[in-house]
Amino acid sequence: MSTLSGPRGQRTPIRPARVLLHTFLVVTALAWLAPLLWALLAAMRPYAETSAKGYVSWPDKLTLDNFTNAFQQSDMLHYFGNTLLIAVPAVLLTLLLSSMVAFYVSRFDFRLNLFLLLVFTAGNLLPQQVIITPLYRLYLLIDLPGITMSGKLYDSALGLVLIHVAFQSGFCAFVLSNYMRSLPHELTEAALVDGASVWRLYWQIVLPLCKPAMAALATLLSIWIYNDFFWAIVLISTGENMPITSALNNLSGQYFTDPNLVAAGALLTAIPTLIVYFALQRQFVSGLTLGANKG
Amino acid sequence: MTATPAKAPEPATQPAPGPAPTPTPAKAPHGHRRLLTRRDRLTLGLMAGLPTILHVALVWLTALASIALAFTTWDGIGFDSITWVGLQNFRELFTSNPQFWPAVEHNVIWFVVLILLPTPFGLFLAVQLDKKIRFSRVYQTAFFLPVVMSLAVIGFVWQLIYNPDTGLINSIIGANKPGHYIDWIGDPDLNLWAILIAASWRHAGYMMILYLAGLKSVDPALREASALDGANEWQTFKNVVFPTLRPTNTVVLVVTIIEALRAFDLVFVFNKGAQGTELLSILVTNNIIGESSRIGYGSAIAVVLLVISLAVIIPYLIATFRKERRA
Repeated sequence: MSTLSGPRGQRTPIRPARVLLHTFLVVTALAWLAPLLWALLAAMRPYAETSAKGYVSWPDKLTLDNFTNAFQQSDMLHYFGNTLLIAVPAVLLTLLLSSMVAFYVSRFDFRLNLFLLLVFTAGNLLPQQVIITPLYRLYLLIDLPGITMSGKLYDSALGLVLIHVAFQSGFCAFVLSNYMRSLPHELTEAALVDGASVWRLYWQIVLPLCKPAMAALATLLSIWIYNDFFWAIVLISTGENMPITSALNNLSGQYFTDPNLVAAGALLTAIPTLIVYFALQRQFVSGLTLGANKG
Repeated sequence: MTATPAKAPEPATQPAPGPAPTPTPAKAPHGHRRLLTRRDRLTLGLMAGLPTILHVALVWLTALASIALAFTTWDGIGFDSITWVGLQNFRELFTSNPQFWPAVEHNVIWFVVLILLPTPFGLFLAVQLDKKIRFSRVYQTAFFLPVVMSLAVIGFVWQLIYNPDTGLINSIIGANKPGHYIDWIGDPDLNLWAILIAASWRHAGYMMILYLAGLKSVDPALREASALDGANEWQTFKNVVFPTLRPTNTVVLVVTIIEALRAFDLVFVFNKGAQGTELLSILVTNNIIGESSRIGYGSAIAVVLLVISLAVIIPYLIATFRKERRA
């Protein structure tokens, strides 16, 4: 939050233009939050009350019952678990693989590097539907008996992890390679002269220096992967195996039988992202703009 | 964000990558190579090779397979049943698919609406919030909140507003009684616009953040000079600030195009792409998980999507990387 008036320690005189601006911003911000507040209100009212009095009415009773019901009836914990099982390995693997590519591209100027980066970033920008038909067939063709529950890459957490990693590593490799190039290369040069291996160079010298960028990317990736809807809708066939965001679609027909429960279920699904966002807002925003603007 | 990367993200909703803010050193370290042992070279090969293989296999080979399959018919059972049919899928798509041209039109409308309404609004918000006002962070958080949430959740939240029986709008205007229904989700003349409002709601916050970052890099001295010259706020913005935002504008344009091509989740949650909300992405998906799995035909739609995407992505990336090299 911005401080009062800086080093002079005086309050700036209240100007009409500023008042107008704040009024505008308050009104707009509230309008922006309105859909969410409306959902929150619906989620906190008993269905019996809203169906009797209509949704636009003064609430008599506000409870968290819908939240507990939505959570228990649909076994949401199970789906959160599914998400965790997919998102954690996917984020870690993406960061590991993309930082390795970035390390190679930024520290060892082989002719390939621009081309490699181009391939990675272009791939990341493609709409997912461009590749989904063959990917779906490929996942059906790959048999993994004993490795995944379904015996195939299709309908497995492993399949989702792999496509997340493949797809997201483009953006991360790009951001990280820019970041690594800003590190002085005397740093690694000296270590190489001292006989350090390439792996040590990467793991003990370069990677620790990339912590800020890695933290930003980890935040961003967690939210993106958590929020993914499409991959799981197509690549997972058993409702039970879906991560929470995609499961929402099935649950809303089966368990969330009235709008109040739907609202509660949707808001419960949003909570983890909101927690991450509020806790790590700076990392999230810097990650988002890291790749997107030139200073 | 997507990603889209954004997708950014695709995105997606994904943000598009661009050059990072840090300037790069003049030369990459050629000298490193001389010091490498054989084992080092092997390590390096694996470090660069494994991720590349994974990425190329799952993203680029499948994209190529989409192109190849677009010229065939295949029922998905065994490779023997793949038959080369030339341009037939495309001919059928362009001439006799009643959903194709509406889908193209809707994707275009999606882009036009996003670039004309929420994008300038996001820029406007960014300019206001960049004025060193109090509570700037609080306002930013409010506007940015929708960007953090998944499009699926957004779809469910907005259905509470649009539902013909119980939704906010119809309840307020009294259109929730039989005979007076306004069906925001089912009516093919209304549903796309209803969904676009929800999409714009999210897009504005995203654009605001991108522009705020861009505005931070505008040299304050430029603004001061302009103010000293007697320019008012609007003139300063138009003649000084906006032109220096050019790199951000490019990113914003690319991100918005990609978002428009990627649009899927919201529509799928709303009405699965029923009449009025057909999109290319929806048509492709329906060809996989729908009743009739026509692989070749679905791939032909994907190829249309691919061609449009690459027409945007490649020039953008080439320009970006060229600038990188000069830096």
